[in-house]
Amino acid sequence: MIIDPVFEPGTRKELGSQVFTAEAIIDFARRFDPQRFHVDPEAAKDSIFGGLCASGWHTAATWMKLNLASNAIEAERARAEGRSLPEYGPSPGFRNLRWFKPVYAGDEIFYSRTIRGTRPLNSRPGWSILELTSEACDKDGELVMSFDSAALIKFPVAGGDTA
Amino acid sequence: MQKDDLLHYEDMSPGTVFPLGPKHVSAEDIIAFAMEYDAQPMHLDAEAGRNSILGGLAASGWHSCAMMMRMMADSYLLRTAAEGAPGVDFVKWRKPVLAGDVLAGETRVLDARESKSRPGVGIVSLRHELRNQSGDTVLESENPVLVRLRAAEAARP
Repeated sequence: MIIDPVFEPGTRKELGSQVFTAEAIIDFARRFDPQRFHVDPEAAKDSIFGGLCASGWHTAATWMKLNLASNAIEAERARAEGRSLPEYGPSPGFRNLRWFKPVYAGDEIFYSRTIRGTRPLNSRPGWSILELTSEACDKDGELVMSFDSAALIKFPVAGGDTA
Repeated sequence: MQKDDLLHYEDMSPGTVFPLGPKHVSAEDIIAFAMEYDAQPMHLDAEAGRNSILGGLAASGWHSCAMMMRMMADSYLLRTAAEGAPGVDFVKWRKPVLAGDVLAGETRVLDARESKSRPGVGIVSLRHELRNQSGDTVLESENPVLVRLRAAEAARP
Protein backbone atom coordinates (compact mmCIF):
# COMPACT_ATOMS: atom_id res chain seq x y z
CA MET A 1 0.00 0.00 0.00
CA ILE A 2 1.26 3.47 -0.85
CA ILE A 3 0.84 5.99 1.93
CA ASP A 4 0.68 9.60 0.84
CA PRO A 5 3.37 11.52 2.79
CA VAL A 6 0.55 13.79 3.95
CA PHE A 7 -0.60 10.88 6.15
CA GLU A 8 2.74 10.06 7.80
CA PRO A 9 2.57 10.10 11.61
CA GLY A 10 3.56 13.48 13.00
CA THR A 11 2.51 15.45 9.92
CA ARG A 12 0.82 18.63 11.11
CA LYS A 13 -1.46 20.68 8.92
CA GLU A 14 -2.69 24.21 9.60
CA LEU A 15 -6.37 24.46 8.70
CA GLY A 16 -6.86 28.23 8.79
CA SER A 17 -8.75 30.41 11.23
CA GLN A 18 -12.24 31.59 12.10
CA VAL A 19 -13.37 34.76 13.89
CA PHE A 20 -16.20 34.05 16.36
CA THR A 21 -18.52 37.04 16.22
CA ALA A 22 -21.09 37.65 18.95
CA GLU A 23 -23.81 37.17 16.33
CA ALA A 24 -22.51 33.76 15.26
CA ILE A 25 -21.98 32.65 18.88
CA ILE A 26 -25.55 33.59 19.80
CA ASP A 27 -27.04 32.11 16.60
CA PHE A 28 -25.41 28.71 17.17
CA ALA A 29 -26.25 28.73 20.87
CA ARG A 30 -29.91 29.61 20.38
CA ARG A 31 -30.26 26.53 18.20
CA PHE A 32 -28.17 24.05 20.16
CA ASP A 33 -26.80 25.30 23.48
CA PRO A 34 -28.87 28.15 24.94
CA GLN A 35 -27.05 28.36 28.28
CA ARG A 36 -26.94 31.96 29.52
CA PHE A 37 -23.21 32.47 28.95
CA HIS A 38 -23.64 31.55 25.23
CA VAL A 39 -26.76 33.63 24.44
CA ASP A 40 -26.84 36.60 26.82
CA PRO A 41 -23.83 38.97 27.09
CA GLU A 42 -25.20 40.52 30.31
CA ALA A 43 -25.95 37.23 32.08
CA ALA A 44 -22.58 35.86 30.91
CA LYS A 45 -20.80 38.48 33.09
CA ASP A 46 -22.24 36.71 36.14
CA SER A 47 -20.91 33.27 35.06
CA ILE A 48 -17.43 31.91 35.75
CA PHE A 49 -16.57 32.80 32.13
CA GLY A 50 -17.13 36.50 32.77
CA GLY A 51 -18.41 37.21 29.25
CA LEU A 52 -20.22 35.87 26.21
CA CYS A 53 -18.39 32.80 24.89
CA ALA A 54 -18.96 30.22 22.19
CA SER A 55 -20.57 26.85 22.87
CA GLY A 56 -17.82 24.23 22.88
CA TRP A 57 -19.76 22.42 20.16
CA HIS A 58 -19.59 25.55 18.02
CA THR A 59 -15.78 25.62 18.43
CA ALA A 60 -15.63 21.89 17.58
CA ALA A 61 -17.99 22.00 14.56
CA THR A 62 -15.92 24.87 13.13
CA TRP A 63 -12.90 22.50 13.17
CA MET A 64 -14.85 20.19 10.84
CA LYS A 65 -15.70 23.08 8.52
CA LEU A 66 -12.07 24.19 8.22
CA ASN A 67 -10.85 20.58 7.98
CA LEU A 68 -13.11 19.99 4.96
CA ALA A 69 -12.07 23.27 3.35
CA SER A 70 -8.43 22.23 3.75
CA ASN A 71 -9.14 18.79 2.26
CA ALA A 72 -10.85 20.43 -0.72
CA ILE A 73 -7.76 22.57 -1.42
CA GLU A 74 -5.56 19.48 -1.11
CA ALA A 75 -7.87 17.57 -3.49
CA GLU A 76 -7.69 20.36 -6.05
CA ARG A 77 -3.89 20.33 -5.88
CA ALA A 78 -3.77 16.54 -6.23
CA ARG A 79 -6.06 16.64 -9.27
CA ALA A 80 -3.87 19.31 -10.88
CA GLU A 81 -0.82 17.10 -10.32
CA GLY A 82 -2.60 13.96 -11.55
CA ARG A 83 -2.33 12.20 -8.18
CA SER A 84 -5.00 9.83 -6.84
CA LEU A 85 -6.87 10.90 -3.72
CA PRO A 86 -7.91 8.94 -0.67
CA GLU A 87 -11.64 8.55 -0.05
CA TYR A 88 -12.94 9.51 3.38
CA GLY A 89 -15.59 7.49 5.19
CA PRO A 90 -17.47 8.00 8.45
CA SER A 91 -15.88 8.48 11.86
CA PRO A 92 -16.47 6.15 14.81
CA GLY A 93 -16.06 9.07 17.24
CA PHE A 94 -13.51 11.00 19.25
CA ARG A 95 -12.03 11.15 22.73
CA ASN A 96 -10.18 13.52 25.06
CA LEU A 97 -12.00 16.62 23.85
CA ARG A 98 -10.79 19.46 26.08
CA TRP A 99 -12.02 23.02 26.16
CA PHE A 100 -9.05 24.68 27.85
CA LYS A 101 -10.12 28.33 27.57
CA PRO A 102 -13.37 30.05 26.62
CA VAL A 103 -13.67 31.42 23.06
CA TYR A 104 -15.01 34.95 23.55
CA ALA A 105 -16.88 37.13 21.06
CA GLY A 106 -14.37 38.62 18.62
CA ASP A 107 -11.69 35.95 19.15
CA GLU A 108 -9.88 34.61 16.09
CA ILE A 109 -9.19 30.89 16.49
CA PHE A 110 -6.54 28.99 14.53
CA TYR A 111 -7.07 25.28 13.84
CA SER A 112 -4.67 22.44 13.03
CA ARG A 113 -4.59 18.68 12.83
CA THR A 114 -1.73 16.22 13.31
CA ILE A 115 -1.67 12.68 11.95
CA ARG A 116 -1.15 10.10 14.72
CA GLY A 117 -1.20 7.06 12.46
CA THR A 118 -3.13 4.82 10.10
CA ARG A 119 -3.93 1.11 10.36
CA PRO A 120 -5.74 -1.17 7.92
CA LEU A 121 -9.19 -2.39 8.98
CA ASN A 122 -9.63 -6.15 8.81
CA SER A 123 -13.40 -5.78 8.97
CA ARG A 124 -13.55 -3.55 5.86
CA PRO A 125 -10.95 -4.58 3.28
CA GLY A 126 -9.45 -1.58 1.48
CA TRP A 127 -10.28 0.78 4.30
CA SER A 128 -7.97 2.05 7.05
CA ILE A 129 -8.52 3.94 10.27
CA LEU A 130 -6.85 7.35 10.30
CA GLU A 131 -6.11 8.70 13.78
CA LEU A 132 -5.72 12.43 14.33
CA THR A 133 -5.07 14.91 17.09
CA SER A 134 -6.59 18.30 16.41
CA GLU A 135 -5.97 21.61 18.12
CA ALA A 136 -7.42 25.09 18.21
CA CYS A 137 -5.38 28.07 19.49
CA ASP A 138 -6.09 31.73 20.10
CA LYS A 139 -4.04 34.56 18.55
CA ASP A 140 -1.48 34.27 21.37
CA GLY A 141 -0.93 30.63 20.46
CA GLU A 142 -2.64 29.37 23.63
CA LEU A 143 -4.65 26.17 23.28
CA VAL A 144 -8.41 26.65 23.54
CA MET A 145 -9.42 23.13 22.42
CA SER A 146 -7.95 19.78 21.47
CA PHE A 147 -9.31 16.31 20.75
CA ASP A 148 -8.28 12.92 19.37
CA SER A 149 -10.46 11.60 16.56
CA ALA A 150 -10.56 8.83 13.99
CA ALA A 151 -12.02 8.44 10.51
CA LEU A 152 -12.28 5.71 7.92
CA ILE A 153 -10.06 6.33 4.91
CA LYS A 154 -9.50 4.40 1.70
CA PHE A 155 -6.10 5.00 0.15
CA PRO A 156 -5.73 4.72 -3.61
CA VAL A 157 -4.15 1.44 -4.68
CA ALA A 158 -1.27 1.65 -7.17
CA GLY A 159 -2.08 0.12 -10.57
CA GLY A 160 -5.42 -1.20 -9.38
CA ASP A 161 -3.63 -3.90 -7.40
CA THR A 162 -6.00 -5.03 -4.67
CA ALA A 163 -3.43 -6.97 -2.66
CA MET B 1 -36.28 31.75 37.76
CA GLN B 2 -35.26 32.14 41.39
CA LYS B 3 -31.89 30.72 42.32
CA ASP B 4 -33.59 28.36 44.78
CA ASP B 5 -35.47 26.71 41.90
CA LEU B 6 -32.26 25.69 40.18
CA LEU B 7 -30.81 22.23 40.43
CA HIS B 8 -27.49 22.34 42.27
CA TYR B 9 -24.62 19.94 42.90
CA GLU B 10 -26.56 18.46 45.81
CA ASP B 11 -29.39 17.46 43.43
CA MET B 12 -27.08 15.47 41.15
CA SER B 13 -26.01 12.51 43.23
CA PRO B 14 -24.71 9.39 41.45
CA GLY B 15 -27.55 7.37 39.93
CA THR B 16 -29.74 10.39 39.16
CA VAL B 17 -31.26 10.03 35.68
CA PHE B 18 -32.55 12.81 33.38
CA PRO B 19 -34.55 11.88 30.27
CA LEU B 20 -33.41 13.27 26.88
CA GLY B 21 -35.66 13.93 23.89
CA PRO B 22 -37.65 12.87 22.01
CA LYS B 23 -36.14 14.83 19.12
CA HIS B 24 -37.32 14.38 15.53
CA VAL B 25 -34.44 14.73 13.06
CA SER B 26 -35.61 16.25 9.79
CA ALA B 27 -33.82 16.17 6.44
CA GLU B 28 -33.94 19.99 6.47
CA ASP B 29 -32.13 20.15 9.82
CA ILE B 30 -29.48 17.68 8.64
CA ILE B 31 -28.82 19.60 5.43
CA ALA B 32 -28.83 23.04 7.11
CA PHE B 33 -26.20 21.97 9.67
CA ALA B 34 -24.11 20.21 7.03
CA MET B 35 -24.08 23.22 4.71
CA GLU B 36 -22.56 25.27 7.50
CA TYR B 37 -20.16 22.82 9.15
CA ASP B 38 -19.86 19.44 7.43
CA ALA B 39 -20.64 19.73 3.72
CA GLN B 40 -20.02 16.12 2.71
CA PRO B 41 -22.36 14.44 0.18
CA MET B 42 -23.89 11.91 2.63
CA HIS B 43 -25.01 14.82 4.86
CA LEU B 44 -26.37 16.93 1.99
CA ASP B 45 -28.06 14.59 -0.46
CA ALA B 46 -30.35 11.57 0.05
CA GLU B 47 -29.07 9.72 -3.01
CA ALA B 48 -25.43 10.22 -2.00
CA GLY B 49 -26.34 9.09 1.50
CA ARG B 50 -27.94 5.87 0.22
CA ASN B 51 -24.80 5.14 -1.80
CA SER B 52 -22.51 5.70 1.21
CA ILE B 53 -21.59 3.40 4.10
CA LEU B 54 -24.19 5.28 6.16
CA GLY B 55 -27.09 4.07 4.01
CA GLY B 56 -29.17 7.24 3.84
CA LEU B 57 -29.19 11.00 4.37
CA ALA B 58 -27.25 11.02 7.65
CA ALA B 59 -26.64 13.74 10.21
CA SER B 60 -23.07 14.95 10.68
CA GLY B 61 -21.65 13.48 13.88
CA TRP B 62 -21.09 17.05 15.09
CA HIS B 63 -24.76 17.75 14.43
CA SER B 64 -25.68 14.71 16.55
CA CYS B 65 -23.52 16.15 19.34
CA ALA B 66 -25.17 19.56 18.98
CA MET B 67 -28.64 17.95 19.07
CA MET B 68 -27.64 16.01 22.19
CA MET B 69 -26.50 19.30 23.73
CA ARG B 70 -29.90 20.85 23.01
CA MET B 71 -31.70 17.84 24.52
CA MET B 72 -29.53 18.17 27.65
CA ALA B 73 -30.25 21.92 27.87
CA ASP B 74 -34.01 21.38 27.52
CA SER B 75 -34.10 18.47 29.96
CA TYR B 76 -32.04 19.81 32.87
CA LEU B 77 -29.12 22.15 32.10
CA LEU B 78 -31.20 25.32 31.70
CA ARG B 79 -32.61 24.75 35.20
CA THR B 80 -29.25 23.80 36.69
CA ALA B 81 -26.65 26.05 38.33
CA ALA B 82 -24.24 24.80 35.68
CA GLU B 83 -21.00 26.60 34.82
CA GLY B 84 -20.00 24.81 31.63
CA ALA B 85 -17.93 21.72 30.90
CA PRO B 86 -14.14 21.37 30.70
CA GLY B 87 -14.45 18.78 27.93
CA VAL B 88 -15.84 15.45 26.78
CA ASP B 89 -14.14 12.16 27.66
CA PHE B 90 -15.50 10.46 24.55
CA VAL B 91 -18.24 10.42 21.95
CA LYS B 92 -18.97 7.18 20.12
CA TRP B 93 -21.08 7.50 16.98
CA ARG B 94 -22.45 3.96 17.13
CA LYS B 95 -24.90 4.08 14.22
CA PRO B 96 -25.89 6.67 11.64
CA VAL B 97 -28.57 9.21 12.60
CA LEU B 98 -30.81 9.29 9.52
CA ALA B 99 -33.45 11.73 8.30
CA GLY B 100 -36.77 10.86 9.94
CA ASP B 101 -35.20 9.34 13.05
CA VAL B 102 -36.62 10.17 16.46
CA LEU B 103 -33.89 10.30 19.10
CA ALA B 104 -34.40 9.79 22.82
CA GLY B 105 -32.31 8.62 25.71
CA GLU B 106 -31.00 9.74 29.05
CA THR B 107 -28.21 11.32 31.04
CA ARG B 108 -27.09 9.37 34.11
CA VAL B 109 -24.94 10.84 36.88
CA LEU B 110 -21.92 8.56 37.34
CA ASP B 111 -19.98 10.45 39.98
CA ALA B 112 -19.92 13.77 41.82
CA ARG B 113 -17.14 15.44 43.78
CA GLU B 114 -16.35 18.92 45.03
CA SER B 115 -13.71 20.84 43.11
CA LYS B 116 -10.45 21.40 44.98
CA SER B 117 -9.39 24.33 42.81
CA ARG B 118 -12.78 26.07 42.73
CA PRO B 119 -14.49 26.34 46.11
CA GLY B 120 -18.28 26.23 45.87
CA VAL B 121 -18.28 24.24 42.64
CA GLY B 122 -18.74 20.52 42.11
CA ILE B 123 -17.63 18.31 39.23
CA VAL B 124 -20.44 16.00 38.12
CA SER B 125 -19.54 13.14 35.75
CA LEU B 126 -22.33 12.39 33.28
CA ARG B 127 -23.00 9.53 30.91
CA HIS B 128 -25.31 10.17 27.95
CA GLU B 129 -26.95 7.69 25.61
CA LEU B 130 -29.19 8.40 22.61
CA ARG B 131 -31.22 5.75 20.81
CA ASN B 132 -33.30 5.87 17.64
CA GLN B 133 -36.95 4.80 17.26
CA SER B 134 -35.84 1.17 16.77
CA GLY B 135 -34.04 1.18 20.10
CA ASP B 136 -30.59 1.12 18.51
CA THR B 137 -27.97 3.14 20.36
CA VAL B 138 -26.70 5.85 18.02
CA LEU B 139 -24.54 7.91 20.36
CA GLU B 140 -22.75 7.33 23.67
CA SER B 141 -20.77 9.93 25.53
CA GLU B 142 -19.35 10.80 28.93
CA ASN B 143 -18.31 14.18 30.22
CA PRO B 144 -17.82 16.21 33.38
CA VAL B 145 -19.84 19.36 34.03
CA LEU B 146 -19.29 22.06 36.66
CA VAL B 147 -22.25 22.72 38.96
CA ARG B 148 -22.42 25.20 41.84
CA LEU B 149 -23.06 23.95 45.38
CA ARG B 150 -26.29 25.09 47.00
CA ALA B 151 -24.50 24.98 50.36
CA ALA B 152 -21.90 27.49 49.14
CA GLU B 153 -24.58 29.88 47.86
CA ALA B 154 -26.51 29.68 51.12
CA ALA B 155 -23.31 30.61 52.97
CA ARG B 156 -22.73 33.68 50.77
CA PRO B 157 -23.21 37.00 52.60
